[in-house]
Amino acid sequence: MRALVAFVVGLIFAIGLGVSGMTQTHVVKGFLDIFGNWNYNLMGVMGGAIMVHAIAFRLMMKRSSPVLDTKFFVPTRKDIDGRLLLGAILFGLGWGWAGICPGPGIVSLVSGQMEFVLFVGSMLVGMKLFQLIDKK
Amino acid sequence: MMSAVLGGVLIGASVSIMLLFNGRVTGISGIVGGLLQKATPDKSWRIFFLLGLLVGGVILRFLKPQAFMVITSTTYVDYVMAGLLVGVGTLLGNGCTSGHGVCGISRFSMRSIIATITFISSGVVSVLIFKMIRGEL
Repeated sequence: MRALVAFVVGLIFAIGLGVSGMTQTHVVKGFLDIFGNWNYNLMGVMGGAIMVHAIAFRLMMKRSSPVLDTKFFVPTRKDIDGRLLLGAILFGLGWGWAGICPGPGIVSLVSGQMEFVLFVGSMLVGMKLFQLIDKK
Repeated sequence: MMSAVLGGVLIGASVSIMLLFNGRVTGISGIVGGLLQKATPDKSWRIFFLLGLLVGGVILRFLKPQAFMVITSTTYVDYVMAGLLVGVGTLLGNGCTSGHGVCGISRFSMRSIIATITFISSGVVSVLIFKMIRGEL
């Protein structure tokens, strides 16, 4: 059941990304190009998503557990450390450079375009390298 | 702007379904990163989530074929470099646009708010550098 829910969530999520413009690299780069030809439309994605989820989150937290599991797996950390900041800086640099973040990259694989295969492939390599180095 | 908001509402609804039923945060980088480690328990929901993303992508190809257009000024090398930065950065910083930008901000998590401001800012810098190198500035 949990797998089925996750599948449906992935499906709706992907369509949301596509409808909003997040899978179009020129739209994403245009959103980040605030000193040039700024395309502010993507503010609507975050706005819409946060509006819905901020309300839903508060309603759901009144439950003692999710429908299909024994507890909520929600992060509780509050510390702002160097890892968070450096990680966000590196991620942003990559995001702006290609105009793709992880979700749209994976969704766009189905287009068969080499650009997305290369992006996702090297993202996986980066993740694995990080995990190997971080363990030590 | 309306299609962006509509897409955002779909994203917000989907991550809410994930939280209500599975109790999980829908952070793409975290879900993928977890699959790359042997020790992660209960991998199946992660795999099915990714399958859902791909099937959603197939539906999108019919719904909106122009959704997967790439800019010609970006080379293969750019995509490889960007992918590496995104891979390392999202795991080091515990999240990307979905985990921090949508789920975290919705919880009013200070970590996520700071992370999102930081990665949008460095994204702006990245686009600036990209344009500068290509003489578009």
